[in-house]
Amino acid sequence: MSFEKLDDTMMKTYPTKVYRKRKKAAMVNDPGEVKEIQANVRTIPGIITQRGCTYAGCKGVVLGPTRDIVNITHGPIGCGFYSWLTRRNQTRPENETAENFMTYCFSTDMQDSNIVFGGETLLKDAIQEAYDLFHPKAIAIFSTCPVGLIGDDVHAVAREMKAKFGDCNVFGFSCEGYKGVSQSAGHHIANNQIFKHVIGSDDSRSDSKFRVNLLGEYNIGGDAFVLEELFEKCGIELVATFSGNSSIDHFANAHTADLNLIMCHRSINYVAEMMEVKFGIPWTKVNFIGAGQSAKSLRKVGAYFEDPRLIARIEEVIAEEMLKTDEAAAEYRPGTEGKTAMLFVGGSRAHHYQDLFAELGMKTLAAGYEFAHRDDYEGRRVLPSIKVDADSRNIEELHIEKDPGRYSQALQDRKAALMEKGMEFSDYEGMMAQMEKGALVIDDISHYEMEKLVEVYKPDVFCAGIKEKYAVQKMGIPLKQLHSYDYGGPYAGFDGAVNFYKEIERMVNTNVWGLIKAPWSNQSAMSAKYAGGKHAVASHT
Amino acid sequence: MLLRHTPKEIKDRKALTINPAKTCQPIGAMYAALGIHGCLPHSHGSQGCCSYHRSTLTRHYKEPVMAGTSSFTEGASVFGGQSNLLQSFSNLFAIYDPDIVAVHTTCLSETIGDDVSQITQKAIDEGKIPAGKHVIYASTPSYVGSHVTGFSNMCASIAKYFPEKQDYELDQVNILPGWVEPSDMREIKRLMSEMHVPFVMFPDTSGVLDAPQTGFHQFYPKGGASVPDLKRSGASSFTFALGKFSSEAAGEELRKKCDVPYEVMEVPIGINATDRFLMKVSEVTGCPVPESINDERGRVVDIITDMQQYLHGKKVALFGDPDILIPLTEFLLAMDMKPVHIVSGTPGKYFMERMKEIMGDDFETGNVKNGPRADMFLLHQWIRNEPVDLIIGNTYGKYIARDENIPFVRMGFPILDRIGHSYFPVVGYAGAMRILDKMLGAIMDQMDREAPEEKFELVM
Ligand code: SF4
Ligand code: SF4
Repeated sequence: MSFEKLDDTMMKTYPTKVYRKRKKAAMVNDPGEVKEIQANVRTIPGIITQRGCTYAGCKGVVLGPTRDIVNITHGPIGCGFYSWLTRRNQTRPENETAENFMTYCFSTDMQDSNIVFGGETLLKDAIQEAYDLFHPKAIAIFSTCPVGLIGDDVHAVAREMKAKFGDCNVFGFSCEGYKGVSQSAGHHIANNQIFKHVIGSDDSRSDSKFRVNLLGEYNIGGDAFVLEELFEKCGIELVATFSGNSSIDHFANAHTADLNLIMCHRSINYVAEMMEVKFGIPWTKVNFIGAGQSAKSLRKVGAYFEDPRLIARIEEVIAEEMLKTDEAAAEYRPGTEGKTAMLFVGGSRAHHYQDLFAELGMKTLAAGYEFAHRDDYEGRRVLPSIKVDADSRNIEELHIEKDPGRYSQALQDRKAALMEKGMEFSDYEGMMAQMEKGALVIDDISHYEMEKLVEVYKPDVFCAGIKEKYAVQKMGIPLKQLHSYDYGGPYAGFDGAVNFYKEIERMVNTNVWGLIKAPWSNQSAMSAKYAGGKHAVASHT
Repeated sequence: MLLRHTPKEIKDRKALTINPAKTCQPIGAMYAALGIHGCLPHSHGSQGCCSYHRSTLTRHYKEPVMAGTSSFTEGASVFGGQSNLLQSFSNLFAIYDPDIVAVHTTCLSETIGDDVSQITQKAIDEGKIPAGKHVIYASTPSYVGSHVTGFSNMCASIAKYFPEKQDYELDQVNILPGWVEPSDMREIKRLMSEMHVPFVMFPDTSGVLDAPQTGFHQFYPKGGASVPDLKRSGASSFTFALGKFSSEAAGEELRKKCDVPYEVMEVPIGINATDRFLMKVSEVTGCPVPESINDERGRVVDIITDMQQYLHGKKVALFGDPDILIPLTEFLLAMDMKPVHIVSGTPGKYFMERMKEIMGDDFETGNVKNGPRADMFLLHQWIRNEPVDLIIGNTYGKYIARDENIPFVRMGFPILDRIGHSYFPVVGYAGAMRILDKMLGAIMDQMDREAPEEKFELVM
């Protein structure tokens, strides 16, 4: 049916080589028989893409939300400027004077002489100046494209300055934008360095019983605040969130938690895997987007700890919260039932948000990620069969070993026992298994494909990012940004679900779209009585 | 406090830029290219830059901003980006069918040393550029200058490529508006029409970045300078290059290529700069300034005389681009206001020289700086040492304004949190009125908010 139409225009417009490549990234879904999709490959030059770069994934996504690290962009001014406060990571410092550098943009602002003669001295001076001004606990350095080419060794500079200061952790990221094929490579690089330089450096632990980390939750629009509150209500301690509303101190003792919960699998699974190998902490996939999924995820935590009082408390909280979400769903559903959505964004949200739409009675017609890998589509079971290409090979894989003193066999035994009972660990089944038969799945959608999709299917709401927003809206279809939430949110947890229901109901039913056509646009011709003399005819089409 | 770590005490920095008052070249080149009808900007480098530039322009205009990228990966960074650019040309023309592709470089392709003009020639030789289509190119390394430099470089490339030299002269002038908003370009065009002056303006982003909602996404919106107009600009009798930093290079290219004389003038912001511009237009074209414009001018002066008490002596901190700051400072001084702290990240000696001329004695007592580390961190420190009554600058100023409780007027690039800039000009007398309205609104709103109850005024 319509997929053929899309396919047909793609075939007619794209040069043959482009068509052949793109065809492997677009398909009709069948959850019963998940097919291989092309993902995490190079964007074709000249294609208008949603994707950004490795630097953006490293500095912007993973490290951006942490408030007490002085993040210095080593490079010309632009990269630092554009990543300055634009991702909406909210944060709540402990008090009025606690460290918060998130409102600042630090850059070495490289000039041509640095490109010619190297920028290491400039970088050292910049780190020194940052240290003298702020005396922060940590300084991180992010390399932009030119840095790799001119051969600045940011890691050597970091080591030297760290040794010099003694009381400030300094570490670098080789996250030049040309590495990898998208933001995704930057996530991996960020994971590696945080694991190497921070996690495990503080062994202190509280004596609370249920201690977990939440991974891949970045506190866009206050999502992490909602989840912090929810966990507290249930009596579960959040040791660290990676990295919404976080402090570097939280990362330092994240290894003392008993369970890792993964929200965004794409951006953070590396840290979870490495923590399991080194410290024995099991991880499980959760999703706190949507009321149903939030309840399910909380129950998973209860099941893991097998504590009757915790389980009872979780059920109480769910019951209480579901009253709110059920009531809201009943209120907004009449306006949304039967409507349709498309989601093309990120590395997990295009999957997670489908649950929220389902709760509104809306159907997902098509979805795809911007920078995910095959496992995020087809499930982790395909991991062994993913070919490592040249672009992935240049991203370092850390070799991690068991930490004999701190490895917890007890947690591993618990995991094994629970797995016998059917609980899932270390797994993510991916987007495709959950999507309907006949829905479309398209990876790294191009601008051209997006416009054709909208034309052919006319969804009631399209979810993507800022670069797509106004083009789609010019076509008369509301676009919900799922990176920035259109400056709204939070959308996580139960409170977030209520916000989202309300927001989508507003978007799909607003009167504004009815104003687009001017009243005279249907009049074909009018003889002009006044302007232009007797014989002039003004035509309005 | 949002900027809680900014100390009052100022220490010299030689390496660390904090909260920059500038950004990088390619975004300016992209903006300029969008002011040509049917033009698709293309970023030759890795895709992150392009994504950032499109996102920032989109947030500023709330409009689609289309641009291609060569999507470099590590291989291209090592072996050069030729094949990426050749592929890009084929794909852009096949899929997006632009009349013109305007290529700009990024730090990456510049550092590698890609020769875009040679690659373009190769593309032409290999038949990758369809007949009748154009490719223009500007080199825009971000480790030189700022976003303004990139804008200027792309304008110069346009001026180098399209205008055709003629042995006759047309009764028309060229207007290079400089880096101003679509609303400003629209306003300058209106003034020219009021004066009955035939003109070609480029770039012209009105009708592109303020496109109407039609229920249809026009990939190449109606606006923008057309190719025939650009070609004809070579036969114009004169070029007004508004803004030394953004337009001089293009004016010079037009002169070199087509012998069109030019004058660099200030962007017509405020009364004096607008007066000078219109006088010069009148002098060159012989078209008198009509009474309608005279009345507009009179209305601005009337507002100032009426509201003088709220303006006189008010201290102002400004940051932004030199071509805007220069006439704005002049305007503030004309109203007896006191611009005391001024920064621009864009380097260039002329800025300080001209500021000195305009400010006279106030230059020595005030704080003025541009170039490296002339950033908003420094501006904030100056403000903490000598408080002001008003801040004027781009959206990032709102963090300082909130911390220090200072009225704030948004002007400059980028404005990410309000809409007016696309639709209401700051140039010309109409623009002066808008600036006044905004400044008075900000200052008087604060008076209303903070006046003791017994001093709360009904009439002001
Ligand atoms: S690499 Fe250069 S061109 Fe790209 S965003 Fe950074 S400063 Fe701008
Ligand atoms: S691609 Fe390179 S230069 Fe461009 S924004 Fe990313 S790191 Fe900066």
